[in-house]
Amino acid sequence: MEYFVQQLINGLTLGSIYGLIAIGYTMVYGIIGMINFAHGDIFMIGSFIALTTFLILTTVFGFAFLPVVLLIVIIIAMLFTSAWGWTVERLAYRPLRGSFRLAPLITAIGMSIVLQNFVQVTQGARVKPLPPQIQGGITLMEGSPETGSFVVQLSYMQIIIIGLTLVLMAGFTLLIAKTPLGRAQRACEQDRKMAALLGVNVDRTISLTFVMGAALASVAGLMFLLLYGVIDFYIGFLAGVKAFTAAVLGGIGSLPGAMLGGLLIGLIEVFWSGYFSVEYKDVAAFSILAIVLIFLPSGLLGQPEVEKV
Amino acid sequence: MAVAQRTGLGAAIEPNAYAASLKDAAMAAFLVAVLGFFFLPLRTDIAPGGLAITYRWPIWVAAILIVFGGRLLLNLFVFKARKPITRTIGEQMSGSSLRVPGLGRALGMALFVFAAILPFFITAVFPAQQRQFIDLAILIMTYIMLGWGLNIVVGLAGLLDLGYVAFYAVGAYSFALLAEYFGLGFWMALPLAGILAAFWGVILGFPVLRLRGDYLAIVTLAFGEIIRIVLLNWYEFTNGPDGISGIPKPTLFGLEFTRGDDGFAAFFGLEYSTIHRFIFLYYIIFVLAIITNFVTIRLRKLPVGRAWEALREDEIACRSLGINTTNTKLTAFAIGAMFGGFAGSFFATRQGFISPESFTFLESAIILAIVVLGGLGSQVGVVIASVVMIGGIELLRNIGFLSQIFGPDFDPVQYRMLIFGLAMVAIMVWKPRGLITTRNPSAVLKERKKIGADMVSQGEGH
Repeated sequence: MEYFVQQLINGLTLGSIYGLIAIGYTMVYGIIGMINFAHGDIFMIGSFIALTTFLILTTVFGFAFLPVVLLIVIIIAMLFTSAWGWTVERLAYRPLRGSFRLAPLITAIGMSIVLQNFVQVTQGARVKPLPPQIQGGITLMEGSPETGSFVVQLSYMQIIIIGLTLVLMAGFTLLIAKTPLGRAQRACEQDRKMAALLGVNVDRTISLTFVMGAALASVAGLMFLLLYGVIDFYIGFLAGVKAFTAAVLGGIGSLPGAMLGGLLIGLIEVFWSGYFSVEYKDVAAFSILAIVLIFLPSGLLGQPEVEKV
Repeated sequence: MAVAQRTGLGAAIEPNAYAASLKDAAMAAFLVAVLGFFFLPLRTDIAPGGLAITYRWPIWVAAILIVFGGRLLLNLFVFKARKPITRTIGEQMSGSSLRVPGLGRALGMALFVFAAILPFFITAVFPAQQRQFIDLAILIMTYIMLGWGLNIVVGLAGLLDLGYVAFYAVGAYSFALLAEYFGLGFWMALPLAGILAAFWGVILGFPVLRLRGDYLAIVTLAFGEIIRIVLLNWYEFTNGPDGISGIPKPTLFGLEFTRGDDGFAAFFGLEYSTIHRFIFLYYIIFVLAIITNFVTIRLRKLPVGRAWEALREDEIACRSLGINTTNTKLTAFAIGAMFGGFAGSFFATRQGFISPESFTFLESAIILAIVVLGGLGSQVGVVIASVVMIGGIELLRNIGFLSQIFGPDFDPVQYRMLIFGLAMVAIMVWKPRGLITTRNPSAVLKERKKIGADMVSQGEGH
C-alpha cells in the first residue's frame, strides 16, 4: 500500500513534466496538423538554458535565496527557449506551408538532429550533473521496519513540480479561453483559411503557438533538471516520444487531453518500473503509442479526424 | 527597368533596399545573439566541486558577425535584388545540362563502371592507404544499399519509415544468431536473414499501415526503438549490451581468406595479403547493392511499382481506382525490409561483432537523410548523397589545413550530423523533390515528356 502511494506520487510528478511537453505537441498538431518532431529537443534546449542560468546566478552573482533564483531561472528559460521555438517555426516549417505532406515532417526530423548536435558540439557530449537543490519533504505515512512497510514521502520538489504545473495549466487554459490570442488560436485551429479571411493574422498566431509550446517545454526542462539532477543533449528524444505518446493518448489537438495523457504516461511508466521491470519501461511507453494509434486513433478526449478530399 | 537591369548587380537594387537589407541583417544577427547566448559563449563543464562555466566570447561574436555578413550579402544579391544572382547561375547551369539527353543514364553507367573497378583503382593509385580507402568504399556502399532499400519505402511508396534500422538490426542479429546457434555460414544465412527481415517488415507493417503518413512515421520509430531495447535487455538470447562476437567471415565457394594452404591466396597461387579479404567484402556489398538497384528499377515498371508511385502521390485516388492499398504498402515495406536485412547481415560479417549500439535511431536518421538529400525516389541521388555525406566527411578528417584553423582536436565527424540535419532542412525548403531529380513518368501514352522537379514540387501527395 505504502509502496503504491509512493509510486502514485512519483508517477504524478513525472506525468506533470510529460503533460507540459505534450501541450506543445498537441497545440501545434491542432493548428497546422504536423508533428513537431523537434519539440522534444526544444525541451532539452530549455533544460540547458535553465542549467546555465542557474549556474550563473549562483556562482557568478552569488544569489543564495533559492525561490528567487528559481523564479529568475524560469523567466529566463521561458524567454530564451521561446526564441528557439519561434526560430524553428520560422526557418523550417513556415516556408513549407502548402508543400507535400511529408516535407514538414522531414524538416522537423532535420531540425531535431540540428538542435541535438548543436548542443552536443557547443556543450559537449558528457552528462551535466546538478546536485539536488531542494531537499526534504512531508512524510505522509510512517514506515515501520517490523511490517516491512515503506516511508511515504511527498518531497518539496514534487510539491513544487505538481503545483507549478497546476498554476501553468490554469493560466494557460485562461489564455486560450479568454484572451484575443486564444480566440485567434482556436479560430485557426478550426479553419485556417476562414480565420485569415476574417482578419486573423494566421502566421503570427502559428508563431505564437510555437512560442507558447516552447515556453511550457522550457519549464518542463527545468523540472526535469531538478528532478533527475542530470541532463545531456539526448534527453529530448525519449522525453519527446513519451510526451508525444501522451498527446496521442489524450487525443491529439485537445489540451486537457494532453495533460491527462501526460499524467497517465507518467503513472504507467512509474508503475511499470515499480512492479514489472525497469529495463522495459520505455517499451511500455512505445507499445502504448502503437496500441493507441492503431485501436484508438482519436485518443481519450480527442475528436475523430475527418479526412476531407 | 530594362536599363537598370542591364547596368549590373549594384544598380539592380532599389535605393531603399539597402536600408532594408541592413535592418534585416541586423535582426538576424540579433536573433543569433539571443539564440546562441546560452550555448556559444557559455559552456558548462564538470569541474571539481560541481559544474563550472567556461567563457568563449570570441566564438559568439564571430557567429554574430558571420550571420550578419552572410545575411547582408544574401539580401543584396538574392532576396532583395531585382535579378537574383542564383537565377543567373541557374539559367547558365540549366542551359548547359538540360540539352544533354540521357545524362542521368550516362552518369549512372559511369558510376557503375567506376564502382566495379574501384578496388583495383585504389590498390594501384594509393597502395599506402589501400586498406583505409577500401574500408571507406565498403562503408559508403553499405549506406548506398541501405539508401536504396529505404528509397523503396520512402521514395517510391511515400511511407516515411523512421525505424528502418530495425530491419538492419534484424538482418545482422539473424545472421549472428544463426551462426552462433546453428553454425551457419554467411551465404546460407544471407537469404534467411533477408526473409526474416521481410517477415518482420510484414509483422510490424500490418497493424500500422492504416495510419496516416506522420503517425506511421512515429510508430515505425517506436518499433525501431522497441527492437533495440529488446536486443539490449534479452541477455540470455542476444548477449545484451555485450553484443555477439566471433561472427564468421564470408568465404568464396568455401575458400577462406586465410594464410593457410587451403586459403584463397594459396588456391589461386597469389601471394597472401590481408587486402584480398577487403576487396572480396567490397564486391559482396557491391553486388548486393546492384541487385537492390536492379530489383527496384524492374519493380517500378511492374504494376506493383506503379501502384507504389500512385500511392505516394494520392492515396485516396489510389483507393478509388481499386488498388489494394494495404497489400501495396505491405509489399513496399517487406521488400525494403528485406534489403535492409541483407545489408544487416553483411554488416555483421564485415564487423565480426555486433551490439545494439550500432542500431540506434541515429542510424535511421542518417539513412533517411541520404534518401532525402538524394531526392526522394532518385536512385543516382542516393549514390551521390552517400558519397558526399559519408565519404566527403571522412575525407575532411584527413585534410590538414582544417585542423590548423580550428585547432588540433578538430574532428569533422563531430559536425557530420549537424551538417546532415541542416542539409535536410535546406533541401526540403528549397528543393523538396531533391537536388538532381527530374521525374520520368513510368507509363506514357504517346511521347515521353520530362517532368521537371519544379513542376512536381507543389504536389499534394503523401
